[in-house]
Amino acid sequence: MAAPDFIVHDSTDTVGVVVVEGVEAGQQLTGWVMDGDKTIKVKALNPIPLGHKVALANIKKGDTVIKYSNDIGKAVANIAKGGHVHVHNTKTKRW
Amino acid sequence: MKKPTFWGYRRENGRVGVRNHVVILPLDDLSNAACEAVANNIKGTMALPHHYGRLQFGEDLELHFRTMIGTGANPNVAACVVIGIEPLWTKRIVDGVAATGKPVMGFAIEKNGDIATIAAASRKAKEYVQWASELTRVECPVKDLWISVKCGESDTTSGLASCPTVGNLIDKVDAWGATTCFGETSEITGAEQVCATRGKTPAIGKKFLKIWNDYNDFILSVKTDDLSDSQPTKGNIEGGLTTIEEKAFGNLAKIGKKAKYIDVLQPAEAPAKGPGLYYMDTSSAAAECVTLQAAAGYVVHLFPTGQGNIIGNPIEPVIKLSANPRTVRTMSEHIDVDVSGILRREMNLDQAGDKLIDMTIRTANGRLTSAEALGHREFVMTKLYRSA
Repeated sequence: MAAPDFIVHDSTDTVGVVVVEGVEAGQQLTGWVMDGDKTIKVKALNPIPLGHKVALANIKKGDTVIKYSNDIGKAVANIAKGGHVHVHNTKTKRW
Repeated sequence: MKKPTFWGYRRENGRVGVRNHVVILPLDDLSNAACEAVANNIKGTMALPHHYGRLQFGEDLELHFRTMIGTGANPNVAACVVIGIEPLWTKRIVDGVAATGKPVMGFAIEKNGDIATIAAASRKAKEYVQWASELTRVECPVKDLWISVKCGESDTTSGLASCPTVGNLIDKVDAWGATTCFGETSEITGAEQVCATRGKTPAIGKKFLKIWNDYNDFILSVKTDDLSDSQPTKGNIEGGLTTIEEKAFGNLAKIGKKAKYIDVLQPAEAPAKGPGLYYMDTSSAAAECVTLQAAAGYVVHLFPTGQGNIIGNPIEPVIKLSANPRTVRTMSEHIDVDVSGILRREMNLDQAGDKLIDMTIRTANGRLTSAEALGHREFVMTKLYRSA
């Protein structure tokens, strides 16, 4: 595949990382799942900056967000598939 | 990749340095001015000013001496002049450095004043630097290379590519018998159970978890909020990292997939169990961590960054790598190894690891890092608590 728009660490992850600049709302994104070397597609619902995360499925308020096949925190708002996942809707479970 | 060799300075105690510094080391804050005057008088020497060394006590004082002695003893240092306000604590550092067999002499300011001290210390520093300038590099096996790792201003590209590139190197050099070190106790929060499984034995994993628990208890006892203003940092958040847990899994990618740590070190403690990967209890602040690792005897440092941490260290060259294409473009003068091609699928991790090994060997052979060329000499002592 050509250079991906986002990369997913593991097949069980619920978020991927945007690795290109200038992603706009409505843009169709191509993702590379490193684990298993698969290609997936997601339509961005928001502008998502380089390095920020996109939801790969609908994530409900209170759900655990999964990256690296592991718990990286909890959603504090509902996040739709393709939405921007960051500090406005996801918090640590520590501290 | 074929096992490489490098050219370094074999010191009196058998350890190998990749730099040939003559350092002017202040025991305490009061002696910074004299040390800086000596380094100004004698070209090719370097003063290491810092803020502490007065009225410390207990474990904090032990750490001060361990850091000072370890810095002077580091094989990247050929010879060392120590200046302190009074002779007794000054001698403690001199004796510690002298145990390596390298040239070292101490000077005390009381009963002499700055000017006479600077004159006497400058004469000795001149003798040392001329002696050191005639030392030559010899070819050494890669097992003689002590490598430390720590990342900074991380973002999600750190976890995707630059930290795993370091991990790829660690797995390779571990098999070659190198001595390596990672730390950053607070930044393993979220991945601490995974980290515990990377101990060579369950007992070593448990030793790590005790240190992590102690650190976490300390944070919980003094925190005023959820630390979301500090960990992740504002730079981390700008780069897309949302929580400490997310940051921790990226951080831990630096130790690769296979290597197991064989011991758990106190801050600035020299590893003593032979070749292998070591965990050291350190702060996650870059300059504090690298200063402790250099004091433990590590001679070259690998530093993945996402948003562009620009740290250097006065005695241990710090090699920067980044996978963030914007950082590589906008801060190119700080980046030694560009691994952003991993994100575009132009290179794989194995190729990136080899590229980093190549730059590590070139740096060990004498190539100046970006941080060295730019004059970054962040030397920051770790202070455990208030002085008496």
